[in-house]
Amino acid sequence: MRFLFKTDYQQDTRLVKHGGQGFWYGTLLLVMAAAPVILPSYWVSQLSFVLIYAIAGLGLMVLAGFTGLLSIGHAAFLGVGAYTAAFLAGAGMPLPVSLLAAAVLSAAAGVVIGLPALRVKGIYLAIATLAFGFIVEEGMARWESVTGGNNGKAVKAASMLGFPLNTEQSFYYTCLIICVLVTLGVLNLLRSSTGRAFVAIRDSEISAQSMGINLSRYKTVSFAFSAALVGIAGALYAHKLRFISPEQFGILQSIDLLLLVVVGGLGSVHGAFLGAIFLITMPQLIALSKDWLPPAISQAAGMQAVVYGLVLMAFVLFEPQGLYGRWMKMRTYLELFPFYRRGMFKRQKSFQKSERLK
Amino acid sequence: MLLLQLIISGVALGCIYALIALGFVLIYKATETVNFAQGELMMLGAFCGLILIQVAGLPFPLAIAIAVAGMAGFGALVERAVIRPILGQPQFTVVMLTIGAGYVSRGLMTMVPTLGTETHAFPVPYKGVVWNIGSAVLSAEQVVVIIVTGLLCAGLYLMFKYSKLGIAMQASSQNQLAAYYMGIPVRRLNGVVWGLSAAVATIAGLLLAPITFVHVNMGFIGLKAFPAAVVGGFGSLPGAIVGGLIIGVVESLAGFYLPEGIKDIAAYIVVLIMLMVKPNGLFGENMRKKV
Repeated sequence: MRFLFKTDYQQDTRLVKHGGQGFWYGTLLLVMAAAPVILPSYWVSQLSFVLIYAIAGLGLMVLAGFTGLLSIGHAAFLGVGAYTAAFLAGAGMPLPVSLLAAAVLSAAAGVVIGLPALRVKGIYLAIATLAFGFIVEEGMARWESVTGGNNGKAVKAASMLGFPLNTEQSFYYTCLIICVLVTLGVLNLLRSSTGRAFVAIRDSEISAQSMGINLSRYKTVSFAFSAALVGIAGALYAHKLRFISPEQFGILQSIDLLLLVVVGGLGSVHGAFLGAIFLITMPQLIALSKDWLPPAISQAAGMQAVVYGLVLMAFVLFEPQGLYGRWMKMRTYLELFPFYRRGMFKRQKSFQKSERLK
Repeated sequence: MLLLQLIISGVALGCIYALIALGFVLIYKATETVNFAQGELMMLGAFCGLILIQVAGLPFPLAIAIAVAGMAGFGALVERAVIRPILGQPQFTVVMLTIGAGYVSRGLMTMVPTLGTETHAFPVPYKGVVWNIGSAVLSAEQVVVIIVTGLLCAGLYLMFKYSKLGIAMQASSQNQLAAYYMGIPVRRLNGVVWGLSAAVATIAGLLLAPITFVHVNMGFIGLKAFPAAVVGGFGSLPGAIVGGLIIGVVESLAGFYLPEGIKDIAAYIVVLIMLMVKPNGLFGENMRKKV
């Protein structure tokens, strides 16, 4: 077990808390960088998807996990980013330009939904984002001159400095670099006063307000930032799939993103990555399990939905802190080995009061 | 007369939205949580009625009664098994949980061989009866929907206003802990509310079934009931009805007068405008906290 003796305030906000952390994350980064050399290209492709979903997950995590605002329409931002990138790549723009444009446009969309969202909270916000998601999806299907409508749109391979990034490996490295940058960005945001204001808003709006936090401003910033990250993920997603159509950005995708952050662990950066790994490996695990189950069950169409739903319910009921929470508990158990007590992570029961009284 | 026809069909559709919204509002009023699987409850209810009539061969009124009672029991069971363990957790948890439950019920229904994968016509005794009002046509299905919705809403409104049970439900939604202290069995009450809400959803499903068809994805109509509930004011029973009617009529008119595609999102545009203008909804309670 490691004890950290803090002697000054700087240590609280240090990016790398101690050498061990630096070592393990460095190793992870090296492994990730070496992955395409060792793995077959199918796995590299899956890893690219994990990275893309991790970026989107980080985006939703900032909003849902850190600011405490629930959104059931986040796939809309994914769509905005994807179509922006598809359009700009078609016009021959290099990747950095289209990524930036995707981020900016999604952030603008985020502000548009963030502004009405300031007046409402809780379940009303969820419904507002749901409505926004439907409207954007319909817009993508109808604006045929730009989006190609329901027939979908083919996307050119991403290109940088004149080189097309059309192999699995080169695209994987692009995703890796962007993912690392985004992760660092989110970590730094959380260390800054803005990020701490987000967490304060999540924990208690009233106390945040009385500490002088401008609720409407920070909620809008949170929406914009979250949307920008999801937009970047959307741009990469479009380049990865090379074909996009509106139904990829509907309510089911939004729920997938929610599943990602909840299963990964709300309110943790690790959670976004664990959730992304989960989301990508889940269909494969289901496919694997089909050999073991009787064909009457495994061949049925609803199998995947049932598994998704059950996993989501199981996590909410038994492990609300998600995979990351499970990992923390295992770690704490091992570190404290003989002294671990069962009630350590027990949730406090709080009784609900009406949100209608305000 | 075309306008009248559009409004009539909008009202009938709106009544379905209203009934699903009633289910939300019941649960919201009593437990301050929202059930995102309300549409799936409706779908299960419709299938329940279909099975009782077609497979078990029961007469129509008996089948309806059994379906409603059975689904009420099922709703209470769901509350006991799934919702009760997280009583007192934030709203977000319940939203995720009910989304998961919706997935599971839709998936399980799809997995039932032949029944789940096909679209079924729902046999009702009043099928095909039509009345003419001027040049507008009013079908018996629509009339039944409108009448049943009106009766149900009146009954529930009276219950919340005057019965001990209804008042206890309101108390527990405002402050669970205080309700406990006053001797209200909050847990048991939640079971009753979920049962009631499932029964309302089943009625909605059975009323919708003859108009559209019975299929696994009919639960997605539940997503249109959110706008209805918000427009009327979440937590207001008459509001749910009025909201549902507004959404239904707007959708019906938008489908005819506005360009293609607006119809599907008309409900959501209305709800966004409503949230911007008056987040409490038309009939929203304006309660103030006393310090």
